[in-house]
Amino acid sequence: METANKNLAQLKIGQLAIIDSFTDKLMALKLLEMGCTPGELVKIDRIAPLGDPIAINVSGYMLCLRKAEASTILVSLLTTNI
Amino acid sequence: MKENQSFVDFSEKTSLKIALVGNPNSGKSTLFNALTGLNQKTGNFPGVTVDKKSGFVKLKEGQILAEFIDLPGTYSLYPKSIDETVAFEVLCNPNNEFHPDLTIIVADASNLKRNLFLVSQIIDLRIPVILALNMMDLVEKEGDVIDIIRLSEKLGVKVVGVSARNKGSLDVLKQALFEPLPVRQYDFINIKKLAPELIEKLSALINANSDFEAFQFINNFPQISFDNNNIDNKEKIVTLLSSPLIDRNKLQSEETVERYKVINRIVGECRIQKSAIKTKSFSNKLDSFLTHRVGGYIIFLIILFFIFQTIFFLSSYPMQWIETLFVSFSNIAAQNLPQGELTNLFVNGILAGLGGIIVFVPQIAFLFAFIAILEDTGYMARVSFILDKLMRKFGLNGRSVIPLISGMACAIPAIMSTRTISSWKERMITILTTPLMSCSARLPVYTLMISLIIPNDKITGFFNYQGLILMSLYMIGFIAAMAAALVLQKILKAREKSYFIMELPVYRSPQWRTVGLTIFDKVKSFLIDAGKIILAISVLLWFLSSHAPGNKIQIIEKKYETADMLKKYNDAERKLKISSEQLEVSYAGIIGKFIEPAISPLGFDWKIGIALVTSFAAREVFVGTMATIYSVGNSDNTQTLREKMYLEKNSSTGLPTFSVAVGFSLMIFYAFAMQCMSTLAVVYRETKHWKWPAIQFLFMSALAYISSFLVYQLLK
Repeated sequence: METANKNLAQLKIGQLAIIDSFTDKLMALKLLEMGCTPGELVKIDRIAPLGDPIAINVSGYMLCLRKAEASTILVSLLTTNI
Repeated sequence: MKENQSFVDFSEKTSLKIALVGNPNSGKSTLFNALTGLNQKTGNFPGVTVDKKSGFVKLKEGQILAEFIDLPGTYSLYPKSIDETVAFEVLCNPNNEFHPDLTIIVADASNLKRNLFLVSQIIDLRIPVILALNMMDLVEKEGDVIDIIRLSEKLGVKVVGVSARNKGSLDVLKQALFEPLPVRQYDFINIKKLAPELIEKLSALINANSDFEAFQFINNFPQISFDNNNIDNKEKIVTLLSSPLIDRNKLQSEETVERYKVINRIVGECRIQKSAIKTKSFSNKLDSFLTHRVGGYIIFLIILFFIFQTIFFLSSYPMQWIETLFVSFSNIAAQNLPQGELTNLFVNGILAGLGGIIVFVPQIAFLFAFIAILEDTGYMARVSFILDKLMRKFGLNGRSVIPLISGMACAIPAIMSTRTISSWKERMITILTTPLMSCSARLPVYTLMISLIIPNDKITGFFNYQGLILMSLYMIGFIAAMAAALVLQKILKAREKSYFIMELPVYRSPQWRTVGLTIFDKVKSFLIDAGKIILAISVLLWFLSSHAPGNKIQIIEKKYETADMLKKYNDAERKLKISSEQLEVSYAGIIGKFIEPAISPLGFDWKIGIALVTSFAAREVFVGTMATIYSVGNSDNTQTLREKMYLEKNSSTGLPTFSVAVGFSLMIFYAFAMQCMSTLAVVYRETKHWKWPAIQFLFMSALAYISSFLVYQLLK
């Protein structure tokens, strides 16, 4: 089950989502290179103690990024676990 | 698929240049260390301050001399930073002096997808490569299986599974170098489709080896240098690539998406995975402690505290041995060598200077070992992660934490490591504040002064006051750096958006070999680089402090030879009087006396003044200078420098020269003052402007003078 139109920064720890698209062209280049490509599954792993940045599981490894950066990634939230 | 491959064979060659390239955290350096061992040397790539590690190794029963070159770690071949540009140019440009015959791409098998991105780009350059699939042990531990033969078929290149812990797998890799190597002759993705006309035209102009080389040239046009081959076509190339119609962002993002599509397919065919989302349970458990919202910070502070205690506590034993050793050297030399100028130079100039510096090798070794371990285990990335938001308040970035912490070892590599910070403003602030962190060159000054003015009493068990004071000094440096950052944040203007996208590598136990090699490398360069300066200055200082204008030296000797004086003092007292009066009239004494008015408000006498002048170029000279001055001014060779300084009395008050107030004032001065030519030079190279080192020098000197003045006036 998918619900669309959330950005990655809005997700809670443990939630899974599929990357749809990006809202910032330059940021997208960096994210793509690090394996955040459309269609890729992401999971929120950890949120830093001060609430920012966040650590996500993507393409088989852990990547950390700031909420400002995560908010440029549009995702479809998966409501069922896999 | 064979028709799409050509083969190269290196088995007949006598020398071979092999480059190692791979993602950061792929274990590339570990593999490099395993391949080259102690036969490696560190230098710079010409023209840029990018560390170049290389090592010569004999392979194939000594028939082939192989030079391994460790290229900087990079996630892709887009030359965004100097490090990546170097990697790209070495691989792409056959005229580059480091262009390899063969490239070993090191990829982390447990993180296959992202690692294959760089792999696919390098394969598309159509140069001979071997893929070393590292950390196969980790993959097995997770219960996954990677079909190496299949992967090799799909990629069209040779693939060897290795793990740095398994010596046998390294032999397989070495063996593979001399088997016929397939070179893939078709593109990973349809690159030409992305910009057909442009690629065709440019390929002809630059004589490109592959479509991807032309594509990279288009995408990174202003950054990529022209090599000798296409100088004739320079104008045509510039016109072609200056077209405003080229949308480079679009080209790059299309390329990336296409590559990952192919990679996903290949990974799907070659890897059997237990689950899509890796839990990496051990790493996860550790993370829940180390990045805990309270515990994370407490653990970080405890680790720092432990490091400082260890540096003081554990290294005190080898330091005592070294001190004792040098005292006995001096004694043997003084007793057995004929009396005269040369012996005097050797004992009081060279031996005293050398002893003063070698004694700090244990502490420096420990400090570098700890920093290497923190980096190697993946903990440093977590520290960046939990501190990013805090650092942002100071105009810094989570990535600034690594330079700031490595600044405690040495500001020079620390400043070079700021390249991972992409925002100009955050990087500048990091560069300008890092030298305020107390580096290992200040350690000798701190250690010496602390041992003079702080009693060696234990608070409880392992902890003592001396370690606590040392940690406080490091804290003061850190606080000053943060305060300076706050000021700079207001002054500097941001040029681009700041960002913080960083891999959190899986925790690994440290590679002791890497740690050992780091210690060896750093201690060696400390002894050689710093040793050269210290030795030269020691000899110069010996001359300046044992010679004086005119015949003043002889006059003083004569003065004490009168019958009157011989009756008044015994031999030892007379010797001491003579040497200290001689030092006072010597050239060094004149210099010290000249600056004394300026530094006496800080509590420093003319002898400390001499040391301040000599340590202007490098702080570590301070202790050597003190050693020389006190050897010249004191003919007793059986005392260590610390004992001599402890017994030193102020000639007018009769109180110890190194009082608590003087000791603290001196330590604060060294904590803040910019006394390092090499740091200023590296700041210039990294910022490309003399303005920045100049500002840094003036600001830090003023801060040092004012703070020392306040400390001395308050404590005296």
